[in-house]
Amino acid sequence: MATEDIADTIAGFALFADLSTPQRERVVHVLAEQWFAEGEKVLRQGLSGSGLYIVLDGAAAIRIDGVDRATLKAGDYFGEISCLLGEAPVADIVAVRPLRCLVLASSEVEGFLKANPSVMFRLLQGEARKVRNTTKWLS
Amino acid sequence: MAELAKKPFPPGRYPLIVVGSGPGGLQLTYSLTRLGIAHAALSGDPVPGGMFRRWPVFQRMLSWTKPYTGFDRVSRAYERYDWNSLLADEDSNRALMAGVMDGTSYFPSRPEMERGLVAFAEGAGLQIRYDCLWESTRRAGDDFVLGTSVGEYRAPLVVFAVGVAQPWKPPTAGLDAVPHYGELRAAETYANRRVFIVGKQNSGFEIATGLLPWARQIVLASPSPTKLSVNTHSLVGVRARYVQPYEDSVLAGGVVILDASIEEVQHTDGGYRVRTRSAHDNATRSFEVDDVIAATGFTTPLQDLPELGVATFGQSRLPAQTPFWESATVPGIYFAGTITQGSQGLRKHGIPSNSGAVQGHRYNARVLARHLAETRFGIKLPRPKLAPDQVLPFLLAEASRGPELWHQRSYLARVVTVDRDTGILDEGIVPLAHFVDGRGPDAVAIALESNGRDDPYPVIYTRRRGAVTEHLLPPDPLLDFERDEHRQASSAALVEVLGESLTQPAR
Repeated sequence: MATEDIADTIAGFALFADLSTPQRERVVHVLAEQWFAEGEKVLRQGLSGSGLYIVLDGAAAIRIDGVDRATLKAGDYFGEISCLLGEAPVADIVAVRPLRCLVLASSEVEGFLKANPSVMFRLLQGEARKVRNTTKWLS
Repeated sequence: MAELAKKPFPPGRYPLIVVGSGPGGLQLTYSLTRLGIAHAALSGDPVPGGMFRRWPVFQRMLSWTKPYTGFDRVSRAYERYDWNSLLADEDSNRALMAGVMDGTSYFPSRPEMERGLVAFAEGAGLQIRYDCLWESTRRAGDDFVLGTSVGEYRAPLVVFAVGVAQPWKPPTAGLDAVPHYGELRAAETYANRRVFIVGKQNSGFEIATGLLPWARQIVLASPSPTKLSVNTHSLVGVRARYVQPYEDSVLAGGVVILDASIEEVQHTDGGYRVRTRSAHDNATRSFEVDDVIAATGFTTPLQDLPELGVATFGQSRLPAQTPFWESATVPGIYFAGTITQGSQGLRKHGIPSNSGAVQGHRYNARVLARHLAETRFGIKLPRPKLAPDQVLPFLLAEASRGPELWHQRSYLARVVTVDRDTGILDEGIVPLAHFVDGRGPDAVAIALESNGRDDPYPVIYTRRRGAVTEHLLPPDPLLDFERDEHRQASSAALVEVLGESLTQPAR
């Protein structure tokens, strides 16, 4: 995808909804684009050195011990817990359709979020939703 | 006879075609030839060398060849210090670069690099059809048909080693009318001029470095902040050779480095007006300059391959590839050379492979040749047998001196399989992604890795009943991984695959 097309695409994602156009352009320059074939692993359970991934298009499964638990699609992100805690991922992420992502290395996540507080707030909202859903499920 | 040798491979059908005569094409055709795999090698150029026949513009490489290392120049261990020579089995064609360099720098000049590649092609007797330009591609049954300037070639397998050197500019208003990096004039013609360079990667900083003694003012601008390789501990970022403009900027010598989007480039009477917008505070600025240069990168000259279904990604339009460098979407099409960056591997800690440089992709080519030999040509390559007590010292020696592991960290690994019937076998160098994601017998892989912060460290991956486990070994400031603490840590990792009695070193 062309850089300017990616900047347009992420304008529609909740994570980047509060950024100006030049800020989105910078995000696209800072993050790398990656492409995964159907069936290819993006993150690997138990392996160090992961990153924060934002799905541009396609779909991926969250797979734990070989069992698919959920599906990720455009605008969703993954790997953030592993990056924030400095631990290896607890799930495989596997492309279930050709998958295009933006990726930020775990070592750069803290600096990126501090430089983009509105993205940090949106990410916190996302994590809060996950905690709420898990709490509901447990109760 | 000499005339005949100049024009080998007439148009026709071949089992395999390799396109390109830069270092990627040369290394692959060498490795295929030594494995006895018949193929046609084609090149649109008149002589070997690829992009190094023209670039870098300031005529000196970014990759070093260290002449004196304490290792014999024809040894495997020497390859770690020689980033530029291609790989050969016979001593006479190994480590050729040190022999063609004049000693003024451990970065060879562009002409020296070109001479080294020509010497390799000639010394190894590589057969290549030059002046044969690949122009089009189509399918005919199981074959690919390449239309070239000398006629049609057919093959069921094609490897494209055509570089990532097609100049690219973003669609910024007015930028199409300014020269690209590759169109830079002679440096002295920029004397006393104000120069605006769009792009803050190595190519932008290379130009800025070259123009420091000439230009009155240099502005470097792009949206994202500059990274330096000495900070990222990898080839990501501007290399130390080109950091001088950065120091000039921070010490207020006249270079300006901006994190800003380029909104528009306008032609004016005397030069250009460049309008930028800061990503920090949204402020706009306007620069009146005499010259604008687009150091905005390169794309892959894939021609009509995307129409055949080859998926691409990223600004460089790299083809998406499997761990063995086959198109992820069109089986039978493979890649060699710098294009193999498109097979991304694990990218642990966000650090890419070194496949974009000779010291990385020369190993990819050798692994690809072996892979093609075994999977497409039915050749079973020998696998040396190891005694149980040899495994641990063998793996640690590879981590300490194996050039494939040093140059392709977290990307290529040395693999040893353990099977009750066949014993313990050295499987050679294998893409790490293939090992961790693939299936197979119980096995051990060792790779060298970096986290962008600490010294490099070995990592052992064990596969036991299909499950892969990662074992990080400690780094060592002297880069010696054959010390007691590494032996102990490795032994603990290997025990689950080899068993307690098999991991004890020989006495």
